[in-house]
Amino acid sequence: MKIHIRNGRLIDPASNTDKALDLFIADGRIVGAGNAPAGWGEDGANSVLDATDCIVCPGLVDLAARLREPGFEYKATLESEMAAAAAGGVTSLACPPDTDPVLDEPGLVEMLSHRARLPEFAHVHPVGALTMQLEGKDLTEMAELAEAGCIAFGQANIAVVDTQVLLRAMMYAATFDFPVWLQAQDPFLARKGVAHDGEVAARLGLAGIPVAAETIALATILHLARETGARVHVTRISSAAGVEMIVAARAAGIAVTCDMAIHHLHLCEMDVGFFDAHARLDPPLRSQRDRDALRAGLASGAINALCSDHTPVDDDGKQTPFDEAEVGATGLELLLPLTLKWAQEMKLPLVEALARVTCDPARILGVKAGSLAPGAPADICVFDPVAEFKVSRENLRSQGKNTPFLGFEFPGRVRYTLIEGHLAFDGTLG
Amino acid sequence: MSTFGRQSNPQLNSHGELQHLLTIEGLPRDVLTRILDTAAPFSEVAEREVKKVPLLRGKSVFNLFFENSTRTRTTFEIAAKRLSADVINLNINTSSASKGETLLDTADNLAAMQADMFVVRHASSGAPYLIAQHLAATGRDHIHVVNAGDGRHAHPTQGLLDMYTIRHYKADFTRLTVAIVGDLLHSRVARSQIHGLLTLGVPEVRVIGPKTLLPTGVERLGVRVFNDMREGLRGVDVIMMLRLQNERMQGALLPSTQEYFKSWGLTPEKLALAKPDAIVLHPGPMNRGVEIDSAVADGGQAVILPQVTFGIAVRMAVMAMLAGN
Repeated sequence: MKIHIRNGRLIDPASNTDKALDLFIADGRIVGAGNAPAGWGEDGANSVLDATDCIVCPGLVDLAARLREPGFEYKATLESEMAAAAAGGVTSLACPPDTDPVLDEPGLVEMLSHRARLPEFAHVHPVGALTMQLEGKDLTEMAELAEAGCIAFGQANIAVVDTQVLLRAMMYAATFDFPVWLQAQDPFLARKGVAHDGEVAARLGLAGIPVAAETIALATILHLARETGARVHVTRISSAAGVEMIVAARAAGIAVTCDMAIHHLHLCEMDVGFFDAHARLDPPLRSQRDRDALRAGLASGAINALCSDHTPVDDDGKQTPFDEAEVGATGLELLLPLTLKWAQEMKLPLVEALARVTCDPARILGVKAGSLAPGAPADICVFDPVAEFKVSRENLRSQGKNTPFLGFEFPGRVRYTLIEGHLAFDGTLG
Repeated sequence: MSTFGRQSNPQLNSHGELQHLLTIEGLPRDVLTRILDTAAPFSEVAEREVKKVPLLRGKSVFNLFFENSTRTRTTFEIAAKRLSADVINLNINTSSASKGETLLDTADNLAAMQADMFVVRHASSGAPYLIAQHLAATGRDHIHVVNAGDGRHAHPTQGLLDMYTIRHYKADFTRLTVAIVGDLLHSRVARSQIHGLLTLGVPEVRVIGPKTLLPTGVERLGVRVFNDMREGLRGVDVIMMLRLQNERMQGALLPSTQEYFKSWGLTPEKLALAKPDAIVLHPGPMNRGVEIDSAVADGGQAVILPQVTFGIAVRMAVMAMLAGN
């Protein structure tokens, strides 16, 4: 099978390329850019995709997408969320272990990987549980889980309260050089909290989660990272102080990476509005100052990657008072538009902005993705950067319609998504 | 990018008129003044032999109390009955909620019984907003929602009756110094009082309490923060005491009621630091010896019982303005 993507503007952040180039694909791999590669043959491509007015870039790599399988199929299914990923141009994703049952047994991981192995499905990279049941007590069989396909070990957004367990879990992971992914939130300071402990929570009478919940947990994680030599990736950083600590830790020689979510890039505590349950997120939306620091930190590379933190929630989970609402927002289909919006507002070249959702997260995942180099898997996103994407219940393919961006229009509409050369999404069809 | 905040204030209709009463925050001064003005003649109704006016005749008022409160529910009930409404009381924590029915299911069911007004008390901040937004989204905005206290957020009729009380004893809001004392962190009453006082032009609103009971960034609401009660009470015209819940002794907020009383309890000696004609308010029920000394609670400067009386008139005014014939 040979595919020719023509007339597009090719942006490959991995090689710092931004140029009008055609792209050539054969047998699921990229074989060349520009002119047809040698041996392309007289008969040409089996399929020609028109990318006029479009950008051709590596498929997006999302470090956090909850697929809700197993256990929460009433919120989403593998099928619905994979359709959302393809529609969003996402071709690789990591899924957190907070399923039901938790991803703490090799059999479950194998089952998920097996279920996800369809040509039109994005590559699914499970994050295995660091501790059994995510309870922060007993270690999981990390080596077995890694063999089953886990690319890292983490706790989703559940803290390991016992620091001795955390130390040992990180030591054990470091034994095999497995990455450890941790969200920095002290469970005591966050207890009962539902919003950033600031002006809006004070006004609305919502229980607050102070920034110190993040910085204290982060300090613990960074100290233990130094102590154990574990490869630590901090997920969903939410505060200016948190970004500063990451930068300082790197300067002190700790090899730590971090990511943030799309919501925190564009929203802040004010967006809770009149108790909008869609803005009930974890970590909470923080102050405008925090948001500005996050935007700058992502631009500078202090924050390595931007993720969707995709969390489908059914209507019942959101049509409740704010403090009873389930946390999270749907995001797979918003990752690209919100990246573009941020790039536009920051006046950032697209080749730099797209790095945060392609080659940079691919490096954190440690998988072959996020590149258009010859020989790379043909995971490709072709999108129109000008055409608007309207966020509506009808347009979202995810089973989760829960997003604070409902009703907004953003530039950036996916025309084609290819996964190993397979056309997983065709936006030219109605 | 500026914030995405897209929800308009749901308590005003497209003409800027009061559709629901959810919070005092954001209500213009003239709306507040109109409510207080409307309440004045209603306090006379109570003096009559037949304590009824027909303003809500034929209307059904549902008291939806998802959190127990005999006192507030009773005052709403009396207010609605004096307006000739049919009143239905529902204590939901003992019925549907325990059967798993959602808040909106409950609202839908009662709306289907031709309700004209929901008076809602709920333990979660924002719950009455959810109901109001749901009614609007389903085209039933002829049903009015009155917030009778939601979580820590707001208790607007309490705030309004406090404003009524202050206006009754002190002519001009713009010359007053007012202190609110106690557990502001958990207090919906305090938040409503602050917005009411500032909207009506009080130049100095002080909040007094230990740091554990003051919300983060409370000064950004426009108040002066004091931790020392003696300092904070100096020269004030009005003292608004807040109720201290017993459960605040848990969770490391306070060591003991004794120590609290010593530092933030209103005693005659501390009251003497305020202006000689200062008045003392309390939303009730009082914890004597915890936040207030009996000598003050029963003394000449306390206006706590008049507050209760005015409360009925103010609630009548709110209901009449929202749904009056």
